[in-house]
Amino acid sequence: MSEALFKTLQQAFEQNVMDIDTLKKEGRKAIGCYCLYSPVELIVAADAIPLPLCGTKNDPVSAAEEILPRNLCPLIKSSYGFAALDTCPFFRFSDMIVADTTCDGKKKMFELMQQYKEVHVLQLPQNQNTAISLEPWRKEVEGMKDRIEAVTGVTLTTEKINRAIDLLNRERDAKKAVMDLAQLKPSPIKGSEILTVLFKVGFLADKEKGIKLMNTIVNHFSEINDNKQSPYTDKTPRVLISGVPMGIGSDKVARILEEAGASVVGYENCTGYKQVFTVPQNDDPIDVLSRQYLSIPCSVMSPNQGRLDLLDDMINHFKVDGVVDLTWQACHTYNVESFSVEKWLNETKGLPMLHLETDYSDSDTEQLRVRIEAFLEML
Amino acid sequence: MRAAGIDIGSRSIELVVIEDSKVIEERQADTGFDPMAVAGDLISGVSYDHIVATGYGRNLFEIALDGKTVTEIKAHARGAQFLFPDADTVLDIGGQDSKVIKMNGQGQVIKFEMNDRCAAGTGKFLEIMARSLGFGIDDFGIEALKAARELSINSMCTVFAESEVTSLLARGKDRREIARGLHSSVVRRALSMLKRVSAEGAIVFSGGVANNPCMVRFLEQMTQRDIRVSDQPQMAGALGAALIAQDIMR
Repeated sequence: MSEALFKTLQQAFEQNVMDIDTLKKEGRKAIGCYCLYSPVELIVAADAIPLPLCGTKNDPVSAAEEILPRNLCPLIKSSYGFAALDTCPFFRFSDMIVADTTCDGKKKMFELMQQYKEVHVLQLPQNQNTAISLEPWRKEVEGMKDRIEAVTGVTLTTEKINRAIDLLNRERDAKKAVMDLAQLKPSPIKGSEILTVLFKVGFLADKEKGIKLMNTIVNHFSEINDNKQSPYTDKTPRVLISGVPMGIGSDKVARILEEAGASVVGYENCTGYKQVFTVPQNDDPIDVLSRQYLSIPCSVMSPNQGRLDLLDDMINHFKVDGVVDLTWQACHTYNVESFSVEKWLNETKGLPMLHLETDYSDSDTEQLRVRIEAFLEML
Repeated sequence: MRAAGIDIGSRSIELVVIEDSKVIEERQADTGFDPMAVAGDLISGVSYDHIVATGYGRNLFEIALDGKTVTEIKAHARGAQFLFPDADTVLDIGGQDSKVIKMNGQGQVIKFEMNDRCAAGTGKFLEIMARSLGFGIDDFGIEALKAARELSINSMCTVFAESEVTSLLARGKDRREIARGLHSSVVRRALSMLKRVSAEGAIVFSGGVANNPCMVRFLEQMTQRDIRVSDQPQMAGALGAALIAQDIMR
């Protein structure tokens, strides 16, 4: 990425915090979210500012460990630590938080988080069979709608929700375009650059601004491709990262992969390609949203065939040579699912997989490096 | 043409020089606190045309001495393939980690697993336990085999196992029986990793711990598989690196 473009991105990120501050002073509400399962459309439809919340850095982990067990997923500890220390501006801006009972660690942590902020918890079913799970999930989504209406004083009409669906569909399309750059072989964009763009743009309260910025980024890298200025060659091993979410601060595996000479071409996770979907618009947007969000293939779902389908799709389109399956320490669902994913990759796709279990700290960097370099030697 | 391989491990550094696939020189030294200085001493005065480094210190070596590097996974696989061409599985237990490697028919690594999160199940563990029991590391396995039965040790954490050993000694238990129990627990730990990576066939056992006869015996008994150990199992990584250096030259 050119320095100028990176600067624009950084400026937008910094300006964003000031913009939100101004909007808040003008009386706009802000609602924070932790998880992809929360339908952000309802927040946008109420003209509230949707805010992703911090949870990808190691700094607040030790503070969180004063309350939470050490042997807990770093994402949960980081999220809680940011809240407890009040070091996440987006958490501070939030008038309320929407959270989901994705896993046991998170749902119990959200009980403790209530002392800092109102947390509206959605009871997420853990099975995607709509005959069983759609009705209770729809009730949760309706409950979220009611709560947002109460907090913002805005009535969420079908028209308003559909407008929000349209805006967020365009945002998802723009994110997809950024990620799809890496389908090119060799990829004009590094995996770490994709991660930076998604992370920084993800915090922008002004969605239109974010979409525009991502379009500029796509044009920039398309030019790099046209001029054959990719940092890689046809021979560079192309690695897909699968598993748990990643962001700035929890990106060490992508970084080590790149240092070891790999091209990280994609992220099959909820901070990457799991965000790529289009919500249809009709006269029952709550039903549509409930169906769409319930189908997100996180490992908390059982069974979770959708993850293999998504992997299959990505492996074919991104011309993947190997998969690194990342598990945050103590994330049982991704850790256990790793076995079935590896078996499926080996037997169905003929691809090798490297399973890595780690946390946000740098203590195991060299150990990870040996595994990653040895994995690349295999490809 | 002479090819050299240097394995800069956490406990020791090995150097192997080969000519036409024949070992012409072998050297070994303790890693100490300054691995680059020890590595420098080890290669000084040795003549070679090409050198490849492996082990935890490989990247430092690459910067300091302008050599090529490979991971110890690849180096051990290459060494094992050369020493025992009919085996496709390697168990390496070194000073600070242990690993299982599975190769295809061409000697290429197709799967591996490592334990390097703690000292449990490594040479370091055996070293500390031998010291607690008053055995030299070279006699530890021999003495353990002299016991008629084993006392089971429940802790795998080095620190907790040491206190368990101390309390067994305080209860007047036989130190050889304790030693036997400790060996058995290290092998059991390696077994689960072995089963995940490789289900059958002969196993090349490498790394310094493969010099321990009790480890070899127990591994054989518990896996019911052929265990192959070379004369100098601790040199396997350096030998593999030297062979890779030779492959590159050719």
